[in-house]
Amino acid sequence: MMAELGLAALWLAAALAILQLVTGIWSMRAPELVAITGAVRPVTILQAVFAALSFTVLLYLFAVTDLSVELVAANSHTAKPLLYKITGAWGNHEGSMLLWVTVMALSGALIAGVEYRLPERTMQAVLACQGFVAAGFYAFLLFSSNPFARLPQPLAEGNGLNPLLQDVGLALHPPTLYIGYVGLSVAFSFAVGALVTRQVTPDFARAMRPWVLGAWVFLTLGITAGSYWAYYELGWGGWWFWDPVENASLMPWLAATALLHSVSVLAARDALRTWTLMLGVLAFSMSMLGTFLVRSGILTSVHAFAVDPQRGTFILILLAIYIGGALLLFALRAGAVAEGERFSVASRESALVVNNVLLTAILGIVLLGTLYPLLAEAFGERVSVGPPYFNLVGAIFALPMLAVLAIGPLLRWRRDSLQRISRPLIVLAAVGGAALVLTAVLFGVGFLPLAGLVLAAVLAVASVMPLSGRNLRRVPLAVWGMVAAHLGVAAALFGMASESAFTSERLVALAPGQATQVGPWQVRFAAVQPVAGPNWTALEARLEARIGTGAPVVLTPQARSFWAPAQQTTEAALATSWNGQLYAVMGGAADDGRWQIRLWWKPFVTFIWYGGGLIALGGALSLAGRVADDLKRRRVRARGARRRAQMVPA
Amino acid sequence: MTRLAPKHQRLILAAVALLALTGAGLGGAYALRSQASYFYLPAQMLADPPASDRSVRLGGMVEAGSIQKQADGVTIAFTVTDQHGARVPVRYAGIVPDLFVENSGVVAEGRLLPGGVFEADNLLAKHDENYVPRELQDMHKEQGGAALVTGGPQT
Repeated sequence: MMAELGLAALWLAAALAILQLVTGIWSMRAPELVAITGAVRPVTILQAVFAALSFTVLLYLFAVTDLSVELVAANSHTAKPLLYKITGAWGNHEGSMLLWVTVMALSGALIAGVEYRLPERTMQAVLACQGFVAAGFYAFLLFSSNPFARLPQPLAEGNGLNPLLQDVGLALHPPTLYIGYVGLSVAFSFAVGALVTRQVTPDFARAMRPWVLGAWVFLTLGITAGSYWAYYELGWGGWWFWDPVENASLMPWLAATALLHSVSVLAARDALRTWTLMLGVLAFSMSMLGTFLVRSGILTSVHAFAVDPQRGTFILILLAIYIGGALLLFALRAGAVAEGERFSVASRESALVVNNVLLTAILGIVLLGTLYPLLAEAFGERVSVGPPYFNLVGAIFALPMLAVLAIGPLLRWRRDSLQRISRPLIVLAAVGGAALVLTAVLFGVGFLPLAGLVLAAVLAVASVMPLSGRNLRRVPLAVWGMVAAHLGVAAALFGMASESAFTSERLVALAPGQATQVGPWQVRFAAVQPVAGPNWTALEARLEARIGTGAPVVLTPQARSFWAPAQQTTEAALATSWNGQLYAVMGGAADDGRWQIRLWWKPFVTFIWYGGGLIALGGALSLAGRVADDLKRRRVRARGARRRAQMVPA
Repeated sequence: MTRLAPKHQRLILAAVALLALTGAGLGGAYALRSQASYFYLPAQMLADPPASDRSVRLGGMVEAGSIQKQADGVTIAFTVTDQHGARVPVRYAGIVPDLFVENSGVVAEGRLLPGGVFEADNLLAKHDENYVPRELQDMHKEQGGAALVTGGPQT
């Protein structure tokens, strides 16, 4: 009964999405029909209510493990802890697509509920576009990925969830990522709406900015959390693998980061109008492309895709309609968007343009590297593109971008000169020189990590420079946000460079009682013992690590055996200190009673994720500042209007 | 600094953007040719050995009786073979995937050393009963085995 309720809610939501599209377009054509124009926003909100209801039903089915539902039977198990039963709802294709459209519907409802700054016609176009995109993905769910399909015979027991997904990381990572991913649909719809009505103004940018910021904050958090999850769960000691699934989340982030900066130029200076619209289209297009890559099965094999092409083809058609349609609209209308303001070469606008172009170039490189193996395979060649490509080619564009990032915020809008900021530039050059001497001479690290460490030092100093000489109490929240985000970039860069330059690794076979050394740590293998969890058993090593004669830290890496489904995983153990992490993985037993132990000492690796958190915090601060400003402006305007009304003689 | 007409400024911006993107594309394409790691079957690797500084993948079956553990307890040596009988010796130091067993498929990532031994940095074996690495999947199919694939830790 519950599954049917969920399905019915999904159908209703789909119908409402189409109604949203129709009423949106109709009210643009006939603004005098109040019954129609007044219906657009309520329909949008109602659509979200039904989508949320449908998703809630799915959560319930997973929580109670209703094994008569195909999806639950295929992906869950009664012996799982409740948290993982619930999170398992989005640990599979159908459930995650339902989460996708639910987030889409909710973000549409949010703009319908609170966004009143746009011209009404643009708003109608935005909601129509939102409904149009949602309708396609509802159709995808209903016709090829129904999460509520029943089995003819309920199973006695479910198949279980992939143990790698049985982790608190899965509880947080996909929803966060999806809010960011799909939240970008708002920017997409805004861009389409603006192209339809040809209204691209600073006010439009000010309305668009908080939505971009919000999505970007969640995307940043999602990627950061995903990176940490892969780091400790996969047990390979790496934090980024340039896996296509990771790239699928990085590409929208790169586009959204560029968009975030160009929308600020548009809001502050009325420049970069068409470019901002282009990025708005691009960012969500990358989200949809990522969805296609992850959801079509094409990554596993082009041939697997060809064998079961229904889902992949469906998403591909949706991609062609939405991305192609938006680009066509852009091509037709971009010329009609009036030109923006001018600016000189040495100005903050220019710095942001350089940042935008380089971010887009990096996006292009990642896109190329991600799609190339698929294209090559289609022509019969097996190729995998990995870190050597992405690190090298990405760095060629990332390093200059980070250098401009250090200087850009010091420049003034519109017109400036490098002479005016010569003092800070000299300070930055001195910091860079000092860092270069220190790292190159003292440690002799390779080129890329060296460049990373130097740039991180320069960037850390440069990012707080916009605060110098100002009364800190009067610095707007948005500026604090920028400072925090840029400082976060410096911190993350430092973590990445340090991890790559200074990591020490040790792979040994030890008998209980023996010890080994990794970095500054003396690690003693004390014992190995069996342990049991709710749906797994494991062998657990007890490692006592200490620096010098300090107190020992105990690490307990495990080799786990799950029984539903039958699968082995390694659970890495981590010891975190302020200056890095000790990472331990337990391997198999050798014949002579020794055990394989793999250890890494990764100095300052944690800064990667602290940095990611700081970047997201910066975005959140900026968002809070913008929203507060907007509310204040609205209050002032309302007070002015009241006063004017009182002044009218009775 | 002379102020440019808006149209010219726009043109210059577009040109710069185009230039950077083309540069990225060309640079990327060039790097792909040299950095992409290619997949070899044992017979292909023997017929056309890759340079020792190139990262490649070797895929095949682990020959029965070929896994030897070295005295250090962490290094193993084994032979990868294919249905044509070509054999490539492999050396690997690291934690072995749980389902790495003889007579089963494996993909080794690494380099072919000048002596003809393949030094693997990483082994991709069958992950669990459902997950098979991309390259192995087709081999299983060629051998008539059922290839049921759910994908890796993707959500």
